[in-house]
Amino acid sequence: MRIEKHPILEFSNHQEIAFFYNGKEVLGREGDTIASALHALGIKELSKSIHYKRSRGFYCAIGNCGSCNMTVNDVPNVRTCMTKIEQGMRVFSQPGKGELI
Amino acid sequence: MKKTPMLIIGGGPAGLSCAIQAASLGQSVTIVERSHSLGGQLVKQTHKFFGSEKQYASVRGFKIAELLIQEYEKYKDLIEVVLDATVTGLYPDKVCTIVQNGRYYKIKSEVIVVATGASEKFIAFENNDLPGIYGAGAVQTLMNQYGVLPGNKIVMVGSGNIGLIVSYQLMQAGVKVVSVLEAAPLIGGYLVHASKLRRLGVPIHTSKSILKANGSACVESIVIADLDDSWNPIPGTEETVEVDAVCVSVGLSPMHQLLSMVGARILFIPELGGWVPKVSECHETSVDNIFACGDLSGVEEASSAMVEGRLTGLFAARRLLGTIDNDESIHQDLISQLEGLRSGPFGKKTREGLLQMKEEGQC
Repeated sequence: MRIEKHPILEFSNHQEIAFFYNGKEVLGREGDTIASALHALGIKELSKSIHYKRSRGFYCAIGNCGSCNMTVNDVPNVRTCMTKIEQGMRVFSQPGKGELI
Repeated sequence: MKKTPMLIIGGGPAGLSCAIQAASLGQSVTIVERSHSLGGQLVKQTHKFFGSEKQYASVRGFKIAELLIQEYEKYKDLIEVVLDATVTGLYPDKVCTIVQNGRYYKIKSEVIVVATGASEKFIAFENNDLPGIYGAGAVQTLMNQYGVLPGNKIVMVGSGNIGLIVSYQLMQAGVKVVSVLEAAPLIGGYLVHASKLRRLGVPIHTSKSILKANGSACVESIVIADLDDSWNPIPGTEETVEVDAVCVSVGLSPMHQLLSMVGARILFIPELGGWVPKVSECHETSVDNIFACGDLSGVEEASSAMVEGRLTGLFAARRLLGTIDNDESIHQDLISQLEGLRSGPFGKKTREGLLQMKEEGQC
């Protein structure tokens, strides 16, 4: 859900960027972070918690809480609320701690 | 290892103001900032500020960020800005470790100003980890920076100024704010903000809080209840409210971690937001040549953070440059601005907190 009309702010950049979410091609907008692009698509569950596999979404959106970590281009534990989307980026939900290799 | 005379950690209202002040006195500085841009949390604030003209009164937060960045651009030759860079460590020999775009490196500085700000607090309730439950700052970031709605129907937990302002911003973006819950018997924020919401028909319930969230992959409803005089839920008053998002606005905690790491003395002063570094009148911590300012040394409005940043910029530059032209008049002006911002009933908490800090003696 995007804000289309706002009394103070203007969101004029509608340039679309295609990236992959769990293997499926999806569209975000230029300037989006991974978390904001997914949220706009209605995807609020980003990953699962390490031990109890509970749903995880972002809480702080500025890189403090670590609740938005996902695997991006094979790198685990990327703060998706701080990372801008790029064309062709591969974003995956992360079910556990994540493996570097 | 990279070297700089003066390093500022954080490019928000305090850090950026600190850099501008120091540079205006001829001191070269380096700012290390975690995000993609300068301005910190100002960039997502659409409300108009209070205070007087010097603190940008009646200018919207994101416009203040633009003004500060314009001011910084005047001193571009003296202020180096390192963006997308997270400081991961601070050591007593004044070495900072930094991660930037997957690269790890070190900077050593003679004087360091820590202006890391504060992070959002959280409260305990069942299923509080469900997606769709956000901090008030996160909601502002999502809406005002990225133009994305947090949900369609939301309950605000907390009626401090941030809770009230963000509730209004949610309505501006087209979100239905079902109600604002306040656990205390009185509304926390300014009456002017609360009245605005009430005029728009949003109920503000005092002595009421959230007990539980329901949902599987995302919050679908919440249970709220009345609280008694000891803040305990009153049985029989539970009520289920359908929402697709919850906003938690229950205060901020200063981000003292880097200062704790370097061994600076940290005090617990609830009036200032919790664990804060002990600072001298010159905003120096107990570690020589390491200064602290902004929300990190006491959670307040961004207006105060900007003035405190400038003041700390003066002290840090003084340390490096020795004598400064017009030192006394700059000093007096900034001190009186801070006193002005902290006067009146809403500055009481800060005044009490700062008094406690003073009573703790020397660093």
